Amino acid sequence: MSSSSEVARGAVCGDLCSQGRMKTLLIEEKRKMGGQCATTSELENYPGIIEDTGPGLMERFRSHAEKFGVEFERGRVAGIEVGDDGFHKEIRLADERTLRTKSIIIATGAAPRILGIPGEKEFRGQGVSYCATCDADFYEELDVVVVGSGNTAVEESVFLTKVVNKVTMIVVHDEGKLDADRVAQEQAFANDKIEFVWNSTVDAIEGDGLVNGVRLRNIKTGETQQLATDGVFMFVGTVPQTGFAKDLIELNGAGYIKTDDKQQTNIPGIFAVGDVTDKFLRQVVTAAGDGAVAAVAANGYVEQEEYWQQQVLKSQTPVLAVFWSPLEGDSVQLIQSLEEMTIAYPDHRIVTVDTYKNQMLADRYEVQEIPAVLRFEQGQEQLRLVQPGAVELNQLFQGSKS
Amino acid sequence: MIELNKENFAEETAQGVVLVDFWGESCERCKELMPDVEALAEQYGQEIKFCKLNIQGNRRLAMAQKVMGLPSIVFYQNGEKVEHLSGEELEPAQIEDVIKNYVA
Ligand SMILES: Cc1cc2nc3c(=O)[nH]c(=O)nc-3n(C[C@H](O)[C@H](O)[C@H](O)COP(=O)(O)OP(=O)(O)OC[C@H]3O[C@@H](n4cnc5c(N)ncnc54)[C@H](O)[C@@H]3O)c2cc1C
Repeated sequence: MSSSSEVARGAVCGDLCSQGRMKTLLIEEKRKMGGQCATTSELENYPGIIEDTGPGLMERFRSHAEKFGVEFERGRVAGIEVGDDGFHKEIRLADERTLRTKSIIIATGAAPRILGIPGEKEFRGQGVSYCATCDADFYEELDVVVVGSGNTAVEESVFLTKVVNKVTMIVVHDEGKLDADRVAQEQAFANDKIEFVWNSTVDAIEGDGLVNGVRLRNIKTGETQQLATDGVFMFVGTVPQTGFAKDLIELNGAGYIKTDDKQQTNIPGIFAVGDVTDKFLRQVVTAAGDGAVAAVAANGYVEQEEYWQQQVLKSQTPVLAVFWSPLEGDSVQLIQSLEEMTIAYPDHRIVTVDTYKNQMLADRYEVQEIPAVLRFEQGQEQLRLVQPGAVELNQLFQGSKS
Repeated sequence: MIELNKENFAEETAQGVVLVDFWGESCERCKELMPDVEALAEQYGQEIKFCKLNIQGNRRLAMAQKVMGLPSIVFYQNGEKVEHLSGEELEPAQIEDVIKNYVA
């Protein structure tokens, strides 16, 4: 699961692992890193990079990640599962290999949407294209149609005008309205090699061996018309790549992964970043930003979880876990009282959980009010006191053996 | 793999089963696939002929073969185009499946 956000995350994670703790593996199904970004020859709006190609920037991301010790593995992720302990996760690859890990960051991005109109599949590679960089050369001095009106459609149309004779953009909206942002719109309107057909969709792509035209439908009048063209470039949006995760991870109605402000999904320890997530702006810079957040959050998750496993769940002696907050005077008092009491019960250990910093554990044990004390033995919760009074505290030490 | 161009295309594809890998410098997916196609050539090279064609300078030739998108893997049988695989998401396994149809 790679590309821009992933490789950027790799660089950030690598940074963390060079500080000593995390080992990072990047799984990518393609031989070459870089995802969608590597398919554009003109990369815009990545800060600090005034001019570069998509593959060029991705190569830099990759070597940055490499420098920090990120390892790379080629494979297609077919499924992910959470182990019985809730902590370890298993990644299943399409070739049946499985990998075990403590935290996963999903950055599987999006792939071009296929409309499924007649001729679209048939003329793939014979006049239907989803990648201007790949195929522009074929259309030197020829006429092409671009379907779509978002940023990608406009940017790729402008790119195509350097090679082709004429670009006709097929736009579903009213005259003068494109989905692209204002800067891109102005670029499109100012380019005299770009023409528009408004209020229209493509009903079919036609040809004989090679594409020779499209059948357009005006959605307002219902009228259809033929338009002769040598090629059709489809930029009608993208679909998130979440097939492997849909049974486990919560998605929004359109199939994008829902995350919180730490990029965490509904499953603790599984994060998602970049184009695959439910977000406002899908660009390289936002994907990389998500990656930075997720890397730090994943590091925090693993550290907290390992601490809890070792100190509480695997403890040989009884543990009193105090869920508290430094902002609550009562909870500070409670910790003090318990510490005094454990002098008489030296086999009992106190572990404190600051619920302000670690909401995850509070959620897992459904601790809604603080302070609360949970007594654990052999990893199992034996007793719980919520906002206990001084006398009740004795119960905590009478739980078992003695 | 044999490099094809205007001069040798007709001759090299005239007989038997021939696979032609159409590629170009600006097609990242093509360059990614090439090593896999080369590996297939090692494996099946005895039974079918493997060729590649760089579309730079051979654009008209490609178009005459009804190839207008990359990557494109085209199969010829006795000079006739019999199969055309294309698209960004084209996988080596799909290519191998078609090869197997012709070597069986
Ligand atoms: C033509 C075009 C031009 C663009 N131009 C710009 C621009 O100028 N500036 C800009 O900021 N943004 C641009 N973008 C958008 C930008 O490319 C994306 O926002 C960015 O690439 C998102 O990165 P990502 O890591 O989230 O996903 P992606 O780039 O989609 O990468 C996802 C990766 O995951 C891999 N993958 C998917 N599923 C699996 C699986 N199951 N197992 C293993 N691997 C898997 C894929 O192979 C891919 O490499 C452009 C996009 C396109 C298509």
